[in-house]
Amino acid sequence: MKFKTFFWFVAPSVFMMLLFIAAPLISVFIQSFQITQPVMQQIEVETCTPGFLTQTCVTETKTVPVINEETGRTETTTAWVGFRSYQNVLQMDKFWSAIGSGNWGEILQIDFWKALRFTLMFTLVTLPLVIGVGLMIALAVNNAAKSLRGPVIFVSLLPFIITPVIGSLSIYWLFVGDGILTATLERWTGQDIAMFAQAWTIELLMYFYRVWHVAPFAFVIFYAGLQTVNMDTLESAIIDGASRFERLRYVIVPHLMPLIIFIALIHLMDCYRVFDEIIGFRSQAHVISLQWLTFDFLTPDDAGNRAISRAAASAMLTMVGIVILLILPLRRTWRDHKGGTH
Amino acid sequence: MSKATAQPLSLKLASGAFLAFWCLIAAFPIAWIAVMSVKSPRDAFDASAWNVITGPATRAAGNGLSFLDILLGLIVLYFAIRWAFTKLPRLVEQFSPPGFIVLGWLVGAAVYGLLFVLIFFGALPVIFGALNSIAGPLGTPILGLTTEHYVAVWGENQFYRNFINSMIVTAGVVTVSLTVGTLAGYGLARSGSNLAFWLLIIALVFRALPHSVLVAGYLPWFINSAEILRPILGDLSPTLYGQPWAIIAVLVAINQPFTIWMLRSFFQNIPSELDEAARVDGCSHFQAFRRVIMPVMWPGVITTGLFSFLLGYNDFLVTALLLDAQNQTMVPAIAGYFNRETTTTDQVEAVAAAVSITAPLFLLVMVFQRQIVSGLTAGAVKG
Repeated sequence: MKFKTFFWFVAPSVFMMLLFIAAPLISVFIQSFQITQPVMQQIEVETCTPGFLTQTCVTETKTVPVINEETGRTETTTAWVGFRSYQNVLQMDKFWSAIGSGNWGEILQIDFWKALRFTLMFTLVTLPLVIGVGLMIALAVNNAAKSLRGPVIFVSLLPFIITPVIGSLSIYWLFVGDGILTATLERWTGQDIAMFAQAWTIELLMYFYRVWHVAPFAFVIFYAGLQTVNMDTLESAIIDGASRFERLRYVIVPHLMPLIIFIALIHLMDCYRVFDEIIGFRSQAHVISLQWLTFDFLTPDDAGNRAISRAAASAMLTMVGIVILLILPLRRTWRDHKGGTH
Repeated sequence: MSKATAQPLSLKLASGAFLAFWCLIAAFPIAWIAVMSVKSPRDAFDASAWNVITGPATRAAGNGLSFLDILLGLIVLYFAIRWAFTKLPRLVEQFSPPGFIVLGWLVGAAVYGLLFVLIFFGALPVIFGALNSIAGPLGTPILGLTTEHYVAVWGENQFYRNFINSMIVTAGVVTVSLTVGTLAGYGLARSGSNLAFWLLIIALVFRALPHSVLVAGYLPWFINSAEILRPILGDLSPTLYGQPWAIIAVLVAINQPFTIWMLRSFFQNIPSELDEAARVDGCSHFQAFRRVIMPVMWPGVITTGLFSFLLGYNDFLVTALLLDAQNQTMVPAIAGYFNRETTTTDQVEAVAAAVSITAPLFLLVMVFQRQIVSGLTAGAVKG
């Protein structure tokens, strides 16, 4: 295919990605070093209240935003502030003082570090669980009678396809207050249980939700992979006296290895973006994630202001994380590509 | 299967039990909220599972199904579903003009859904009411069931507005991202150049970006777009914030990396001899694409379309931040229930809204299970 034809085929797609992905990235990068504030002015206001004989008048200076006479909006200025927004998000002074005093727990009081801790732990804890559970379901379905497979796949796809916010809500409702499972647990243990009163129980539910949501994806891919396992290799393994477990360990798992890497990569990307669970479980008071932090800065506060520059700074920091996460896999692809062309 | 690979009974049992357990876990939360949504608030949050299922308080309030209702209802349901899978396709093919089969299906599905709702919630209750009064013990209610929360959500709270917005956004996302994506996917699949490779890698990096990063980039521009665009467009310049079509553009772009990867892998499966033959016969690349590739690419396009649909439909973050309250789609709208979720009635209404959001997805899996599975495996199995 000639370059010109290729160009016209991909142009619309590339244009959309440049306009709506690359350009916003540059814009965020610039914003993170700027701060936009309403212009304030001090004016003297004389307030008078009617009194006997004369009015009682008080003069005070007030700080009010300047309002543009033509548009009726508040005027704003934009200033370069260097790394101040980053400083506001990272709060390094508190960070170092916490390390200096030896109170490591205090670091986790700072929103950014709290979010980072949860995001990383969430990613690392759910990864092996998703792969393990997915593989187990795939093996079990492969073992089941043919007529059962269709319905089982149908049921398994439901958690995967469901809207993430709704999925986490559906689990939230099972455990909230006197939800059915909390009530059952209370009856078994004889204790009063409140699943949403402390951070660690919420986190457990979030891990559970994520595994429930993603394991079907891993299962479908592993299941497809299992259909292509080489039967001759399996038979020779049997002749060589390999036990069932050894066959799994030395024949099937190596065969599925590319798929395991693929799932791990997709899972890393998606878990790093963990967000919908925070909304669904309403956990913002206890557990937050990096994406939620940016979302929170972008949501208007009670006065209707959005902390755009802080949002930009936290977004850039999130970006740095994803770049670090992707460097290794990308380097591998690059080496494969170079190896392929030479 | 040879004797050596035959499994001992214990292993078979364990694997079967595990599978049953998984199916229970997979379906339970969804099934349970569906049950909760049709009970009165007291039953829905009852501590006893049996009470939630049978709904004594709902029954006491006069909303219940008798044995006769359940039996007849199930029979009607069975025939309705069977009819949808046997007669409906034939009707659709008969009445839709050639070349507009997709449109025919859309109209067919809409009419079917409307009829279904009318029969189930309009006609059947009247008929059953009459039958129950003469059926004696078989006609006494045994299962509490009420649709009042759905009525409240869709009627009073005007959830249909959010539904319409969701449909506009998802329809836009699917159409535009498929149009743009098929062209790019085809180009990338047929070009072995370094540039194509780099485009794919950059798309992969873009796919990994957290959406909040992008939204942080859009927000200031979207809010002030009227002033920024004024020098170019004059008084016509729109404020992008709160516009459904701006959301469509954003979601299409966010979805683009995934779409082109997926479509590329489908196009690679179409032998390139096909379009080479067309080129030999004198077609240009675009003609070859239109006349030879387009007729055979539909399975891949449908699958990719399904995933685009899911992205548009399930999105919370982008729509919550970039749409205002009047134009809100369904998923962020449900967050509105959290804020006023003070009474248990509000809570059950939120449950009913959640089930309403899930129902279309349920139908989607039912109809397109095969395409979803093939889509999931398309990228992975080939490595």
